[in-house]
Amino acid sequence: MDLQETQRILSEYLHELADLFHRVPGSAIFLRYVKSSYQDDPIRSAVELFLFLFAVRYLLAPKYSTKPGVVPLTEDEIDDLVDEWTPEPLVGDPTALEAMEVDKRTVIVGPVGPKSRLTNGRTVMNLGSFNFYNFNTNESLKEQAIQTLRAYGVGPCGPRGFYGTQDVHIKTEDDVASFLGTAACIIYSQAFSTISSVIPAFSKRGDIIVADKGVSFAIRKGIQISRSMVRWYEHNDMEDLERVLAKVTKEQARKPLTRRFIITEGLFESYGDMADLPKIIELRLKYKFRLILDETWSFGVLGRTGRGITEHQNVDAAEVDMIVGSLAGPLVAGGGFCAGSEEIVHHQRISAAAYTFSAALPALLSTTASATINILQNNPETVSQLREHTKAMRAQLDPRSDWVYCTSAPENPILVLVIKPEVVAAKRLTEDDQQFLLQDVVDECLANGVLITRLKTLEDNFQPKQVIPPALKVCVTTGLTKKETEKAGTIIRHAITKVMSKRK
Amino acid sequence: MPRRFSNNSSTDTSTNPPSFSPSSGKGGISTKGPTVKSNRLSQLFSASPKSKTEPVQSGHPQPSNSSPPISLASLSLPTISLSTATADNPNMDELPTTLFQPPTPEEARRLAKQHAQFGPIGHPSHRYSSRHPGGVFPEPVMDEPPYYYLLTTYISYLILIAFGHVRDFFGKRFREEHYRHLKPRNGYGALNSDFDNFYVRRLKLRINDCFERPVTGVPGRTITLIDRATDDHNQHFFLTGTTTDTLNLSSYNYLGFAQSDGPCADLAEESIKKYGIAAPSTRAESGTQDMHLEVEDLVARFVGKESSMIFSMGFGTNATIFPALVSKGCLLISDELNHASIRFGARLSGASIAMFKHNDMKDLELRLREAISQGQPRTHRPWKKILVVVEGLYSMEGSMCNLPGLVHLKRRYKFNLFVDEAHSIGAIGPKGRGVCDYFSIDTSEVDILMGTLTKSFGANGGYIAADKVMIDALRATNSGVYFGESPAPAVLSQISSALRIISGELVPGQGEERLQRLAFNSRYLRLGLKRLGFIVYGHDDSPIVPLLLFNPAKMPAFSHEMLRRKISVVVVGYPATPLVSSRARFCVSAAHTKDDLDRVLTACDEIGNVLQLKFSTGIAGGALPAAEQPAPPPELEKEWHRKRSDNISPPRWRVEDVIRRGVQDVKNPLY
Repeated sequence: MDLQETQRILSEYLHELADLFHRVPGSAIFLRYVKSSYQDDPIRSAVELFLFLFAVRYLLAPKYSTKPGVVPLTEDEIDDLVDEWTPEPLVGDPTALEAMEVDKRTVIVGPVGPKSRLTNGRTVMNLGSFNFYNFNTNESLKEQAIQTLRAYGVGPCGPRGFYGTQDVHIKTEDDVASFLGTAACIIYSQAFSTISSVIPAFSKRGDIIVADKGVSFAIRKGIQISRSMVRWYEHNDMEDLERVLAKVTKEQARKPLTRRFIITEGLFESYGDMADLPKIIELRLKYKFRLILDETWSFGVLGRTGRGITEHQNVDAAEVDMIVGSLAGPLVAGGGFCAGSEEIVHHQRISAAAYTFSAALPALLSTTASATINILQNNPETVSQLREHTKAMRAQLDPRSDWVYCTSAPENPILVLVIKPEVVAAKRLTEDDQQFLLQDVVDECLANGVLITRLKTLEDNFQPKQVIPPALKVCVTTGLTKKETEKAGTIIRHAITKVMSKRK
Repeated sequence: MPRRFSNNSSTDTSTNPPSFSPSSGKGGISTKGPTVKSNRLSQLFSASPKSKTEPVQSGHPQPSNSSPPISLASLSLPTISLSTATADNPNMDELPTTLFQPPTPEEARRLAKQHAQFGPIGHPSHRYSSRHPGGVFPEPVMDEPPYYYLLTTYISYLILIAFGHVRDFFGKRFREEHYRHLKPRNGYGALNSDFDNFYVRRLKLRINDCFERPVTGVPGRTITLIDRATDDHNQHFFLTGTTTDTLNLSSYNYLGFAQSDGPCADLAEESIKKYGIAAPSTRAESGTQDMHLEVEDLVARFVGKESSMIFSMGFGTNATIFPALVSKGCLLISDELNHASIRFGARLSGASIAMFKHNDMKDLELRLREAISQGQPRTHRPWKKILVVVEGLYSMEGSMCNLPGLVHLKRRYKFNLFVDEAHSIGAIGPKGRGVCDYFSIDTSEVDILMGTLTKSFGANGGYIAADKVMIDALRATNSGVYFGESPAPAVLSQISSALRIISGELVPGQGEERLQRLAFNSRYLRLGLKRLGFIVYGHDDSPIVPLLLFNPAKMPAFSHEMLRRKISVVVVGYPATPLVSSRARFCVSAAHTKDDLDRVLTACDEIGNVLQLKFSTGIAGGALPAAEQPAPPPELEKEWHRKRSDNISPPRWRVEDVIRRGVQDVKNPLY
């Protein structure tokens, strides 16, 4: 190939390229621009060319990590490290307490009633379930549940947003709202998940939560996931609450207004005692906080007809921004609810994770909740009878036992029994010791035909750590006669005495 | 346009539950003889003529129910074609049938109700068994529409947002009372911020009538919608007092266990009688009954693990399990499309969280190499544990996790694997045991199998299955056991009966039929949609079939048009999906018959033409098969595919051809 040939081909190519360039729309303008700017100002063109080349170089440059502290390693080194790495086992060995927890689990054979049969064939008085009114074995409720089953099947097969909203759910929501006296209500399919989802639906990063130190595990999880700023006040200490509120208000005075919440429980899961709602409402109005009230343990229990702490302490339910409760306990259905204004309920339908991302409540549990609410509403004597029983049981335990005292409110059918501090001090009991001792009491009671449980607590990774004294839990039920209740109380008291006095 | 179509035929407004409205009972297709006027259906649905003689055309003999029927033994009788049987039709008894005495009206009503929940199989060939053939698990082919569709989608959102802001601008000045809740009031911060609320207020509100539609009765093959209307632009709805029976492609009723009669419901009723309504306590206290242990054993055996524990809520299962598994100093690597419950649980656990691209094994490997070699940030201490969390079947994409790839990586990198089988358990695999079954992978390769009992089994709740030592330890550390309410007896009984039916212990043959019909139906609908020219996502055997709509306005349009044809579907858009890929999601069920799916295909065809939804390029399959070589052997499939890919023409089949060819082609690879 001689030189001429090469030149010809080259010029042909150049020609073609130029042709191509000219065909690009706007190329004429670009050419004219470059020509004129070069004629007028060659330095500018040079600078532009330099910038262009720099941009090309920058874009083509290899990417490097902007993460700090990354050690560059070769592939071989990484392979070695991979070979070397040995992970811990996914689930570690259980501690002695955890092993006991699983080992000692009671299993009921057949229905959960006031008297239940256990796997060892014995029938015991069941003071471990939240079957306070013994609705669980109520024949007409069963009949209604079966009717619902025959019309709706068991599961709703979908989340509420996508064809999972059945008419029974709407009815239950209306029933709960009118029972409580709020504008609206929303139901969730598990009580435990309800409050953990309600809190983050409203309280976001940057918002402020003032919460009782003794709140339940579910509330702690809700607060944790909300990533809000939390201030704790001493358990049920209204003066401390006021102090915290005042402090927060002062701290935040110059900052933009954010959402502020007080979170507490009606009846506390871990202590059984009752919040002072009128005082809290007074403070919340004074300091302009919204109130999220967890009535998981007080709904269906407190008040003349079981409407909860609002009825018991004569507070208008509309004064509380959000009332969260359970349909799973004494109402023997399932799921939880949050009652409040239209706006509050509507907001949750879009933004509460456990509502939007979970399947709806089975229809038969929904109708059961409606039915039991109806019973409570129309039969105030049901609730007063439970209170009688609670009183009878308490009389057997609290003042008469030398070893334990009851931290529950007198109206609470769940009696939380804690070992007296002087006993703990005298016998130098650690927390684990107490748990094992209390488990011995539970076993002793079982041996004598009474099923009670220990208060279940779980340590979590949320700071500050919560310290809840180990306790026994006795759930009163009207399914037993008053005499039987008293007898059960005596058995429990004797069991406590027997186990505690044996311990040196 | 609020529901003006809800009374375009007289039958759909019937309020009696066992209504004979056409949609509830095409189960009777088998006796469609000369007595049935063939244009009757098309009149009612304004759907294009379904090919009446389709079973004959596709080369089948007259359908006979030789396979064990799902609902009752009496199904071997041909049933009345319900399209002619309205509740007040006195002629029902006189319907001339050629072979059998017609059933009494009561019997017919009972059958109609049954078939509304679970359709009888149309032909024995409508079954298929899904299993991964082995080899490399292919990525689903993601087809893309022409660029101007993406452009118009963005423009649509721009217009919506611009209009929203204009309305807000004037609204905030002239109708202040509507905005009061977005501003601080009397010293209280606004409950939800103006900015966060914009999407809900200005975009979602427009299509609110497509969500939270109230329903009644069993969400089976058909679902009864309670009609509602609005007079304040979707702010509030009021019930109009009528109901509409629609074909149900919206519920996660994969195996069709949402039934109010049949063995499951009978056993559930028995359990209520025997056990009461609930176990009103937590599992750790006194809420554990013999039934719970029984079901836990059953679940463990079913999924192929030593032990399991069950919970009353699927969301709650994930929300509580992660804190019990991982903690500070551990790394949780999660697929970017994992469900909200996994994120919820992961956030509570306190572990570091990393994400990898959806189903991308290369990306996962990169992350693993980086994580193991670099250790924890700043301290560079090695991670205590690495837990990779994936879902078996992704509910918005219809794609399955690449389990073979994951297991391969697991052997090399020693991480722990958690598979959330919320949608895949029961729905996938020749025996319905989820992704491990589908890929023929031993369950011991997966450390923790989680799943829900809500979907395939028609019950409620979730489970965790693992080795016995693990489960025993988790029982003492999982907050769901400690504080979550115990599952109710009726729910447990539904779970146990469904599991026993699938495994063949109860009503032998029925479980198999359900699994195979689901597999057939899933592939049939997917193939049909592909051939019609729609872009669908996901793997061939997935019972979730997302049909891409792209433009936001097409979501309500599609939903309304489907409702008009008495088919209920789920439409989802941003933020559940990426901004551009709004979609309609079909959840196929074993309860559907082929005719139901043909009805869906016909409806989609019409709507697709009107709404311009057919823009597949053919790369994802559905093109006309080459005449000389209809289907390649599996080992040559890739090459064949590549050869063809040069000259792919966009598939735009006529719906008649789709239906005609569907049954015979569905068992081949769908591309």
